Amino acid sequence: MIPVAFDYTAPSSVADAISALGSDSEEIKVLAGGQSLIPVLRLRLAAPTLLVDIGRIPELRGITDEGDAVVIGAMTTHAEVADSDLVKEHAGVLAKATETVADPQVRHRGTLGGSLVHADPAGDLPAPILALDAELVIAGADGERTVPAANFFHDMFATAVGDREILTKVRIPKHTGWGAHYEKFTRVAQQWSIVAVAATVKVDGGSISAAKVALTNMGATPIRATGVEQALLGRAAAGDTVKQAASSAAEGTNPPTDTNGDASYRRHLANVLTRRAVLAAAAS
Amino acid sequence: MARISIKVDGVEYADDVEPRTLLVYYLRDQVGKTGTVIGCDTSNCGSCTVHLDGTSVKSCTVLAVQADGHEVTTIEGLAKDGELHPMQQAFHENHALQCGFCTPGMVMQSIDLLRDNPSPTGEEVRHGLEGNLCRCTGYQNIVKAVLAAAESAPVRVGTAGGTL
Repeated sequence: MIPVAFDYTAPSSVADAISALGSDSEEIKVLAGGQSLIPVLRLRLAAPTLLVDIGRIPELRGITDEGDAVVIGAMTTHAEVADSDLVKEHAGVLAKATETVADPQVRHRGTLGGSLVHADPAGDLPAPILALDAELVIAGADGERTVPAANFFHDMFATAVGDREILTKVRIPKHTGWGAHYEKFTRVAQQWSIVAVAATVKVDGGSISAAKVALTNMGATPIRATGVEQALLGRAAAGDTVKQAASSAAEGTNPPTDTNGDASYRRHLANVLTRRAVLAAAAS
Repeated sequence: MARISIKVDGVEYADDVEPRTLLVYYLRDQVGKTGTVIGCDTSNCGSCTVHLDGTSVKSCTVLAVQADGHEVTTIEGLAKDGELHPMQQAFHENHALQCGFCTPGMVMQSIDLLRDNPSPTGEEVRHGLEGNLCRCTGYQNIVKAVLAAAESAPVRVGTAGGTL
């Protein structure tokens, strides 16, 4: 399968990329690692007239320690994120979710920023980014602006990033010493999540003193399970109490029905996977 | 058309390509590296796996223009002076193929796997080959071959030669 013909430009700075996005080409798409866009192009589900490749902009790549936060450049690959000691230590649930993305070849090319802006409801990285209360830095013609993760995901495949903007970096407040787990439910290798749960918890003296839980593929955007988070506070990190708290995970969600399962099955999964994710996070 | 310069299996090439050209089509149609095969064309099967600057990628999911200025190693670049790469040898000795169509991708990904983890368990080999499908379902001997290769020459096996 061969994509439709398009023009191609590979700017070497964010400023050049923004100006390329302002050109008068009819339909412009931003190319990051290409692991979602190129399959879409091959199927001709998208027919851009211009591709702006932001994969050759050095300032968009890398992971840095900025005191109280870990900052990840949008074009940092999944392999780099999953392998990073900084991410593992201070944002463990993102490292664990990233390890489960697709397969090794895809993780070598796919990028954190590309995955977030693509905003596939079954994608694995929006939920941990939401759980970790990350901030997303977006550059446009008028400069940079910062959007909290809670306001970033607008709908299926739609985010706060406008047509003439790019996501440049993700700032994650350090969650040092928090346990973390990403519980992903699939039936076959390299499948998209049917449902998955990102959980990161702080345990003091056997009881949970802070908890953040977010759900993948339980609606058009990732969803914080705030009821579960509140129910866990001050409770023992043990089977029965966590099970009870996790039983409200699906409340207020609107999961899809498809060939992998109907909405009621997904609600059941969300409760079960939340219990597993929180217990595994508390034990890690 | 866009002008690209790519080193493929140790040889420099400079060619004009359409921006929409997938790396796998460039390798097969313009460079003649037909050892790299197209299995699914949907990024699932891994048959088209090559190394881009030393790490594995699915060449159906990379544009040739994205590889401009970089180095590619295909299955055809593994054997040196008529001698099979240790991973190829291990596949041969362990009968790690049935129809053979997935083999180029399996071998390339297996080399990447050992580069990352020189002494994997059987479970880790299966996980590391998650992106490669064998429709003959001949996985048992493929895993056996990778474990045998790791056992026999762990350091040498983890490199494709020339790229690391």
